[in-house]
Amino acid sequence: MNNKIDNSNTAETTKQHQNYWRANLRLMAKLLLIWFSVSFGLGIVMADWLDQFSIAGFKLGFWFAQQGAIYVFVLLIFVYAWQMKILDRQYGVDDKANQLAEDESFKRLDS
Amino acid sequence: MTTQALSYLFVGASFALYIGIAIWSRASSTRDFYVAGGGVHPVVNGMATAADWMSAASFISMAGIIAFTGRDGSVYLMGWTGGYVLLALLLAPYLRKFGRFTVPDFIGERYYSQAARIVAVICLIFISFTYVAGQMRGVGIVFSRFLEVEVGTGVVIGMAVVFMYAVLGGMKGITYTQVAQYCVLIFAYMVPAIFISIMVTGNPVPQLGFGSEINDGSGLSVLQKLDKILLDLGFNEYTAGSKSTIDIFAITAALMFGTAGLPHVLVRFFTVPRVSDARLSAGYALVFIAILYTTAPAVASFARLNLVDTVHDTAYSDAPDWFSNWENTGLVAWQDKNKDGVMQYGAGAALYPDKPAFTDARGIHGERLLSNVATSNDNEVYIDRDIMVLANPEIASLPGWVIALVAAGGVAAALSTAAGLLLVISSAVSHDLLKQTLMPQINEKQELLFARAAAAVAVCVAGLFGIYPPGFVAQVVAFAFGLAAASLFPALLLGIFSKRTNKQGAIAGMLAGLVFTFAYIVHFKFIAPTLNTADHWLWGISPEGIGAIGMLLNFTVALTVSHLSEEPPESVQKLVDNIRIPSGGKANRDY
Repeated sequence: MNNKIDNSNTAETTKQHQNYWRANLRLMAKLLLIWFSVSFGLGIVMADWLDQFSIAGFKLGFWFAQQGAIYVFVLLIFVYAWQMKILDRQYGVDDKANQLAEDESFKRLDS
Repeated sequence: MTTQALSYLFVGASFALYIGIAIWSRASSTRDFYVAGGGVHPVVNGMATAADWMSAASFISMAGIIAFTGRDGSVYLMGWTGGYVLLALLLAPYLRKFGRFTVPDFIGERYYSQAARIVAVICLIFISFTYVAGQMRGVGIVFSRFLEVEVGTGVVIGMAVVFMYAVLGGMKGITYTQVAQYCVLIFAYMVPAIFISIMVTGNPVPQLGFGSEINDGSGLSVLQKLDKILLDLGFNEYTAGSKSTIDIFAITAALMFGTAGLPHVLVRFFTVPRVSDARLSAGYALVFIAILYTTAPAVASFARLNLVDTVHDTAYSDAPDWFSNWENTGLVAWQDKNKDGVMQYGAGAALYPDKPAFTDARGIHGERLLSNVATSNDNEVYIDRDIMVLANPEIASLPGWVIALVAAGGVAAALSTAAGLLLVISSAVSHDLLKQTLMPQINEKQELLFARAAAAVAVCVAGLFGIYPPGFVAQVVAFAFGLAAASLFPALLLGIFSKRTNKQGAIAGMLAGLVFTFAYIVHFKFIAPTLNTADHWLWGISPEGIGAIGMLLNFTVALTVSHLSEEPPESVQKLVDNIRIPSGGKANRDY
């Protein structure tokens, strides 16, 4: 990579990038835990037990397996996109930074 | 106008629209051809991804499978949506940051090896052709029933249309036709669903309708009534599962991880301008997909209920038109076991072998006669699951234009996915095999020509699959997921999250996963189908779910081999650091 856009040589930016990555992994772990719980947990393993309750005419376990899990999946992706936007800015790694340099490197890589 | 004339009109008009878009959005560079120039708005990309994603299996087969398997059908609903969470969190943003043209591009570069690239190309071709075979059968079904042309002719027409926009427009043409196809297919799916929901329960929202009280004065909800009548007929309860928990778990996992490893979906995230757009775009894609996926289980339960109501204990001579229409396509059959002229529907296979074998003769009631052996149970009716969505509007006696709309929707779903798959096959051949490996001296113009030629060849191969189709649409497609989960997904994930994984590990892992999964499926499905029961399966996991085990095998092999051999070079570790950070990428500002 070209040194104009790659300023990760300095120890400080490297540290910054590592912290950003760790924050990203933490957020991911939380959201994937929810992802796993609503589908494999509530929709499959716990489903038979949940069926004793009901919501809007559905047995609860059945509802999670055929409806609820999907709604939660949609929410999870938007929460991730939104939280990452905040992290990107906080750690100065927003993809809008260095636009000029990007366009130049883009031309180089493309040719 | 007759329903058939309306079907011609709707399907014809939608074809004209797709071809118009293809001419308007011709590709002029390899960048256009492979990634639509890289400037697709995230919402547009989300919509195109949804159409790309929702195939004949989603549109035609899925609700049918759920209708017949009830609770067990949930594996498709959760599996085919949950994968998008993995895609958005674990893969899409990083692949966008890497920002080349194809999935093998990433694998080749990250594992600094042409061998890894070639293995990825092989996995990709395996997965994509398995998947495309399912689409072509979908196109064939729609054509044979609604337009009453030979399946072969139908496939050729469909292929000619795909040829127009995939070969001319590449990714750019495909993206914009997919947006149109999404609109057609979602409208075609929702209109009958809403109609039927209102008819059965009075609730216009199908997602709520199938839990609402049915308006026949019984005081039961749709699902309760369904449980009750299915029990009476000797089936399991609709809302209770019959598969083992471990198998359900494995199948759902294979479908989810497979979704995240499907090349034609992954490549869509190369087309958005920025890393943050890739994350958002996966979210939009899932919203567009969820509209259909949350409706499908409602459609399934209404369809099953209406089917039992109209078929069971009905004299064949009083049977509605749809029954004999579908009987003519060979997807519905009736064998009058007790010679009373009345159709009895119940649990168990009506025929042996399972699929009807028609003789040319007609019986005394006008039914098509079969050469199958009658089974000992009371069930006299054979119904192919694939017809449920297509026949549903007819079963519910909806007007002709709704039925025609469904025909156009089914074709849109099959063609949009076929085009996406053909594109990744052709770019793997022209870009990864020719440009990057065999003929690096070719210039961009030649590469584009090769890309078009490869697309044309792939279209023809896919056409052959359509004329000589393999089994159930969704079942065939389900195998593609197993293969994707076991081969590409682990290589991509480790490529981003584990700097220590080297080329030896990745290649060994991909091969182990692919060979294991492929062998297991072929063994139980084709070599020894009689052994295909839970007693013989590995840990009680069916061939549909074995991809999950293949994936674990891939991870284990890849990590072990990597730790036993040398670290990847410095430059590759730098590359991994770079793709983990959104800034400094080759972004496109304009949408």
